[in-house]
Amino acid sequence: MNQWRIEVSSRKGFADPRGQAVRDELRELGITTVEAVISARVYLIEAEMDAAMAKRVAEELLTDMVCQDYYIGRSAIPAGPVAASIIEVHLKSGVTDPVAESVVTALKDMGVPNAFVRTARKYVLVGSITDSQRDLIARNLANDCIEEVIFGADAEPPSPHTRPYELQLRDIPILDLDDEGLLQVSKKMDLFLNAAEMQTIQAYFQKLGRNPRDIELETLAQTWSEHCVHKTLKSRVEMDLDGQPIHFNNLLKETVFRGTQELAKPWCISVFSDNAGVIEFDETDAVCFKVETHNHPSALDPYGGAATGIGGVIRDPMGTGMGAKPIANTDIFCFAPPDTPMSEVPRGVLHPRRIMRGVISGVRDYGNRMGIPTVNGAIYFDRRYIANPLVFCGNLGLIPRDKAFKHATAGDLVVVVGGRTGRDGIHGATFSSGEMTHEHDQIFSHAVQIGNAITEKKMLDVLLQARDQGLYSAITDCGAGGLSSAVGEMGAEIGAEVDLEKVPLKYAGLNYTEIWISEAQERMVISVPPENAERILALFASEDVEATVIGRFTGDRQLVLRYQGTEVGRLEMEFLHEGIGKQTRKAVWKTPKLSEPNLPEKDDYTSELLAILSSWNVASKEWVIRQYDHEVQAGSVVKPLVGARHDGPSDAAVIRPKLTSDRGVAIACGMNPLYGDIDPYWMALSGIDEAIRNLICVGARPDRIAVLDNFCWGDCNRPETMGSLVRAAQACYDAAIGYSTPFISGKDSLNNEFRCEDGSRIAIPATLLISGLGIVDDVHQCITMDAKRAGNWLFAVGLTKNELGGSHFYKLRGELGANVPRVEIARSSETARRIHRAILQGVIVSCHDCSEGGLAVALAEMAMAGDLGIDVDLRGQPCSQDCTRADMRLFSESNSRYVVEVPADRFDAFARLMLNLPFGQIGRVVEEPHLTIRQGGSILVQTDLNAIRSAWQNKIG
Amino acid sequence: METVRVLVLRAAGVNCDEETAYAFELAGAGAQRVHINRLIENPSMLEDFTILAFPGGFSYGDDVAAGKILANQVVHHLVEPIRRFIENGRLVLGICNGFQVLLKAGFLPGWDGAVGSKSFAELPVSITDNDRPQYECRWVNLEPVSDRCVFLTPGQRLCIPMAHGEGKIVTRDAAVLARLQNENYIAFRYVDAEGRTGGFPINPNGAIDSIAGLTDSTGRILGLMPHPERHIHRTQHPHWTRLGEREPDGLTIFRNAVNYAKSHL
Repeated sequence: MNQWRIEVSSRKGFADPRGQAVRDELRELGITTVEAVISARVYLIEAEMDAAMAKRVAEELLTDMVCQDYYIGRSAIPAGPVAASIIEVHLKSGVTDPVAESVVTALKDMGVPNAFVRTARKYVLVGSITDSQRDLIARNLANDCIEEVIFGADAEPPSPHTRPYELQLRDIPILDLDDEGLLQVSKKMDLFLNAAEMQTIQAYFQKLGRNPRDIELETLAQTWSEHCVHKTLKSRVEMDLDGQPIHFNNLLKETVFRGTQELAKPWCISVFSDNAGVIEFDETDAVCFKVETHNHPSALDPYGGAATGIGGVIRDPMGTGMGAKPIANTDIFCFAPPDTPMSEVPRGVLHPRRIMRGVISGVRDYGNRMGIPTVNGAIYFDRRYIANPLVFCGNLGLIPRDKAFKHATAGDLVVVVGGRTGRDGIHGATFSSGEMTHEHDQIFSHAVQIGNAITEKKMLDVLLQARDQGLYSAITDCGAGGLSSAVGEMGAEIGAEVDLEKVPLKYAGLNYTEIWISEAQERMVISVPPENAERILALFASEDVEATVIGRFTGDRQLVLRYQGTEVGRLEMEFLHEGIGKQTRKAVWKTPKLSEPNLPEKDDYTSELLAILSSWNVASKEWVIRQYDHEVQAGSVVKPLVGARHDGPSDAAVIRPKLTSDRGVAIACGMNPLYGDIDPYWMALSGIDEAIRNLICVGARPDRIAVLDNFCWGDCNRPETMGSLVRAAQACYDAAIGYSTPFISGKDSLNNEFRCEDGSRIAIPATLLISGLGIVDDVHQCITMDAKRAGNWLFAVGLTKNELGGSHFYKLRGELGANVPRVEIARSSETARRIHRAILQGVIVSCHDCSEGGLAVALAEMAMAGDLGIDVDLRGQPCSQDCTRADMRLFSESNSRYVVEVPADRFDAFARLMLNLPFGQIGRVVEEPHLTIRQGGSILVQTDLNAIRSAWQNKIG
Repeated sequence: METVRVLVLRAAGVNCDEETAYAFELAGAGAQRVHINRLIENPSMLEDFTILAFPGGFSYGDDVAAGKILANQVVHHLVEPIRRFIENGRLVLGICNGFQVLLKAGFLPGWDGAVGSKSFAELPVSITDNDRPQYECRWVNLEPVSDRCVFLTPGQRLCIPMAHGEGKIVTRDAAVLARLQNENYIAFRYVDAEGRTGGFPINPNGAIDSIAGLTDSTGRILGLMPHPERHIHRTQHPHWTRLGEREPDGLTIFRNAVNYAKSHL
């Protein structure tokens, strides 16, 4: 074996975008002495090849000879009058290196077999820097969790080779421990199990008369983790609501689930039982939808955490029923404002701008590589997300209706397919169930997972073929808890035995427990009838995807784990899945005593409108949207950006998932954490109303809308936090019944809190994301929010009320207020139905929902998107009696409101459709590029499209 | 008359194969998606096809450089059969990642027998990171240039989307660019709606001379960065709700290819 080092960099005269980007980042860090940064990619190759071959590899494979240069060996710092230093960033041993894997493949094609490859990044910083600056730069260039930094030209990267593992059984003595001792075990092993759970486990093993093995405790900890079992939402709750007691035996079952159950929609195929909720799409196919969070990993490693967040949620539809084809992604992020001063960032936390950029890049690189369009998203900013950013990733799948269910049978083989198992992601499930601290980046670096999208894409390509050939009987994804959860879940009713040494590993040295609980990415578990084994293994091999038989489903309802023939663990499936005791939680909600601010009325609100348009939450997300491929699969109908110049914010996305059909799916979301500071009940209802409104705006059928919940809360051991969660859950039930809109799937992420060095805590605001999907019968009937034609009438539909509480208008002034937007569900639901009818009849040519920033922002967006002016008189606006002030009329965020554009000759038809609803003619679309909002004689807002555009655009980037 | 048969090549990370096959079917061809391993096992299967399409995606993750690993695979396993395929008068289309593969394997512009490992390191044209160094997804206008390329309709400007992070055409030197221009190798240029060239976003990646696509000396190979297969339905246009009925622009390329194949092959 020879060792070769090949460095590749841009040739003089061609751009070095990475070096340039690093230089710009250094400027942001306040380092101005670095004049230039030269970046290079470093390939370290161990292979049987001579110098001539190494040269060929450099020239033909690794270097673009049109615009790059290479150097074999270690290039010196360029000579010259200016000082320069070198920083090299290497991946830590065992971290997935997709580029290296591809180079191995390519070397094989060039006749160099059995190569071992690593890659690194080298940066030459031209200019003098101090040692402390150098360390600061290194921290910015490399992520401690997964990368290693080497300074200078002489140091060598650490050896990547690991030693093989020798079996060593480990019993954990717990039989005689008291509560304190049990908790210590839980803490020491990072099990995140509480005293009651540890006692349950102790009693189980006392009955067996032996101590548990490490692998058994770990299996229980994974399966019983908040992340996997949602014990908080399923717990018994004693609620004190303003002094009035309410009791729940199972919070989730009596709120969110119950609504779906009572509605019993025949078009709901599978709800809350599989990896994603499944509803009818057309005669032959169904759509399934799942949204997950990947918050804790994204806090530690924004790029990798977010990438594996999207990678993981894509495997949910892939693991639903017999496997769905992923057809769309959604991404919703919550960050602290990117302009937060560094001094306000607690120790152990990355700056929000770095988190934001990393998260966006991670989602981009994984989603785009998978060939799945990212069609919907939102970004929400609040200072309280500083240590706990929220990363919601969703995926929509298409699945034949006759493949919507699965059934593993005793005798089937346990087959793991896709990526190999490594030490990455260990304890992800338990780690994500606890709070974060300033030491987390050190202690839980192994919980970060590294993805390789192409491994997942390859696996997907073959899985769909295997599904259609009927070669397996069940499938599930290897997500949190790894094999332990996947096999444990699949064999819950029948039992399974697994030979852990058969699991293909990325590198040697993993012990049996690590193999079992690793959360290495891009793996799925399928159950294969033995008679199909040969065919399915050959099918996977034919496209270079690994598939390995690792065990068997048995029928004895035991989980048996072996390593090289030695039994290393045995648990009863019943105990594993049913043994966790039910807990009772205390919850308190005291309606806060808030009041409305006393703001002087003004004559002109133009500057307020422009300020809201350029606020972090409202401002255009075009910089992000354009980094995502929203066109791939060729099904795009209503894009995230619409209108004459393709820059208007669409309310929802519509895709046509089957190339041969005009039936569509609309996707949207609703979320408003600020309302939760006033009342989480109305926050939740507002989020649901908003998601539904958004879907209605583009033409989705109101009777075919389904929603998903994602609860992200703080520490629910605190009764107040739990009480806030209960309020939101109650709203979910009321909304489901009131709108006749079922919840079909959901997920929670609790404990989103951070304990600072000084012991103080930062909790996120109660955050409920509602994701909605709706069916569109014929996509040709869809409409968009951009104003279409001068001369058309504009109508406001729905009542504007004195509801500025939690609004962006108040936020501008640092006020919260008290009058949170409420919802009259029955009327809202009727409005949605009428709007839909008007869209189908072609009476409405554009429709936009009023949400953040109220009517004024909605009008500004419609004008800008249509590249047309709008002239409005608020005297036509339907308002409640207490909505007396101009600022309320302009900026109140009352729910259930739409602005619609109606051609003059459809006026009568429209009025008939809206009969008995609050609606009013407020103005018209005009040719001149102005936005004028008046109330009778007084002009409240007067601006033009250029001012609107420059306020709204280029804020984020 | 026999149907025109199209082989749409799949490989790890290719992800526009289904819609590319569908676009050819809409244009009246029969399309089959084939994994590269099958073609390497049995290269003679190419003889059953008249059009070979390299669809978009991220072959092998675009590791090392976009399209590079797949180009390497093609160069080491499929050069001869593909060269024969072209010599037999058949058509090759590369879209986005497929274009990157055709360039990096030397099929485009295909000078001096550039295909093959010997001169693989001496290619005249390549493709690199966008000037704005990030992935970009937006709609662009393309002006057809070469009168030789059978895929285009002279004078018909196309509005179709681009979606890539590495789409900037670069040439080894000025002489290469001059030859591309003078000898009609430029298939498409990025322009605005009125046909004028310009900076970002009209030319979304900073490609030299606004080049969006290239052809070879026969005119039967087309490689382009934007995605014609993503505008084959009226509702794909980004402001279709403002427009009336019209034939989707991207379909032209597939129709031209299929019609050429029908009448010549």
